[in-house]
Amino acid sequence: MRENMIIVSNHQIAKGIYELTLSGSLVQRMHTPGQFVHVKVGHREPLLRRPLSLCDINEEASECTIIYRAEGAGTMLLSQKQPGESLDVLGPLGNGFPLSALSSGQHALLVGGGIGVPPLYELAKQLVKNGVCVTVVLGFQTKDVVFYEQQFASFGKTYVATADGSYGMKGFVTDVIERHALPFHVLYACGPKPMLKALQQQFPHKELYLSLEERMGCGVGACFACVCHVPNSETAYKKVCSDGPVFRAGEVVL
Amino acid sequence: MNRLAVELPGLSLKNPIMPASGCFGFGREYAKFYDLSVLGAMMIKATTLEARFGNPTPRVAETPSGMLNAIGLQNPGVDYVLAEELPWLAQYDVPIIANVAGSTVEEYVEVAKRISKAPNVHALELNISCPNVKKGGIAFGTVPEVAAELTRAVKEVSDVPVYVKLSPNVTNIVAMAKAIEQAGADGLTMINTLVGMRIDVKTGKPILANGTGGLSGPAIKPIAIRMIYEVSQAVSLPIIGMGGIQSAEDVIEFFYAGASAVAIGTANFIDPYVCPNIIAELPALLDELGFDHISECTGRSWNNGQTVYCGA
Repeated sequence: MRENMIIVSNHQIAKGIYELTLSGSLVQRMHTPGQFVHVKVGHREPLLRRPLSLCDINEEASECTIIYRAEGAGTMLLSQKQPGESLDVLGPLGNGFPLSALSSGQHALLVGGGIGVPPLYELAKQLVKNGVCVTVVLGFQTKDVVFYEQQFASFGKTYVATADGSYGMKGFVTDVIERHALPFHVLYACGPKPMLKALQQQFPHKELYLSLEERMGCGVGACFACVCHVPNSETAYKKVCSDGPVFRAGEVVL
Repeated sequence: MNRLAVELPGLSLKNPIMPASGCFGFGREYAKFYDLSVLGAMMIKATTLEARFGNPTPRVAETPSGMLNAIGLQNPGVDYVLAEELPWLAQYDVPIIANVAGSTVEEYVEVAKRISKAPNVHALELNISCPNVKKGGIAFGTVPEVAAELTRAVKEVSDVPVYVKLSPNVTNIVAMAKAIEQAGADGLTMINTLVGMRIDVKTGKPILANGTGGLSGPAIKPIAIRMIYEVSQAVSLPIIGMGGIQSAEDVIEFFYAGASAVAIGTANFIDPYVCPNIIAELPALLDELGFDHISECTGRSWNNGQTVYCGA
């Protein structure tokens, strides 16, 4: 469950966005898109691990790729790590996107927002392998932070929206879906909570799987930091780290 | 000879290492990483009479060498713990210290009465120091008379020894410890978290939804050491020490200050294997320091009648 994985590469792919590839036997345990790893970035500081979602799993090469935004002290420090250095990785953790929700020939709509985009890449890869037709909608704030458009385009029709209109369609992912009346059997999404909420409201009767983000302590379900409410109950809860991060729409209160 | 075995009221420990309450759930998560039977004991998550959801998120924030939490005593309630969690834990050869919390004296008493009857509960830890709940919690842990009254009431109904968890958020921790000793407590556990706060520089708002939270981790270790050093020389109760322990060296430091066992909290979040690793490392460290048995370390730094300069 824990390994000092070796950094194969670590470089910037968009403004403040980094692509990190790690090598190690832990990859053989990574099967499900949407799962995450808990990474100890520094020796003493920062104290806590950082949850980072898996973007690409390459079992054959025993390599996995993570895309992260260098924003806080931990991820800034991570962005300075060099190939050949090792990284203390715990995982894979959490429950990912269910692939069995779709059979060959059916349509999946993958919707990602900002740094929520990465886990959809492995999902798209595995869905396409299963014969599922994939359409992708990616939303970003601005042109500078757009990444992986071409990579997703190799799996299916890919749309990009930016909030400021500097690239792709101006607006939000929900606007793209509405304008193009994109058809789907199942929608998978990962991104900021307002985006997930909007999708849930836009498609109240459809099958949606939403990946949530929450501040975590332990990442394994012991600290109760990342809980969310369950509809119609004062005391029932789900933990984002161990019950999620992927939930079926309606399963938890957004 | 087991060099790590420790005898405390109600507890025959194969080693003095246990996970601290609130940092280990009811053990299910860490049981996926290792066999819980290697632990000296386990302090389970605070249990209240009714189930509690706790505070809104975000509930954690990072600090230099520490973390703030404001979970708010989320737990499934004493009936559920008795029906599901404790029977499940019985498969492991590990004594349980049940952390008891409440909003009123009556609630503490009721939880203590019920949970102390569970066969694998060997001691209670009275949670009078949680800084993250509005009613109960820290209010019980900052006024010596109130803490003493609660200790007495719980002692009366408990089938097992009662340890009281001291709050560091007081002016005079020795006065608190003495009041609790006189009220009949069997031991002390110390320290709980310190009330702290962080503010988001971009928004100007507190990072925690609760506003304030409890600071834990290595940042609070010097405070824990000082308080254990003071209290252990002022009372004759055994102390289970906690507060930022991350290594076997930290454990010895707590023993030197006056602890007879220790609990590991935040470090579990950083390294799920920290407890078994420390247990494995202790014998070699005892060799290096020239001790036959870990108990020889307890109170080694005491002043033995000399002036205590703490807080001067």
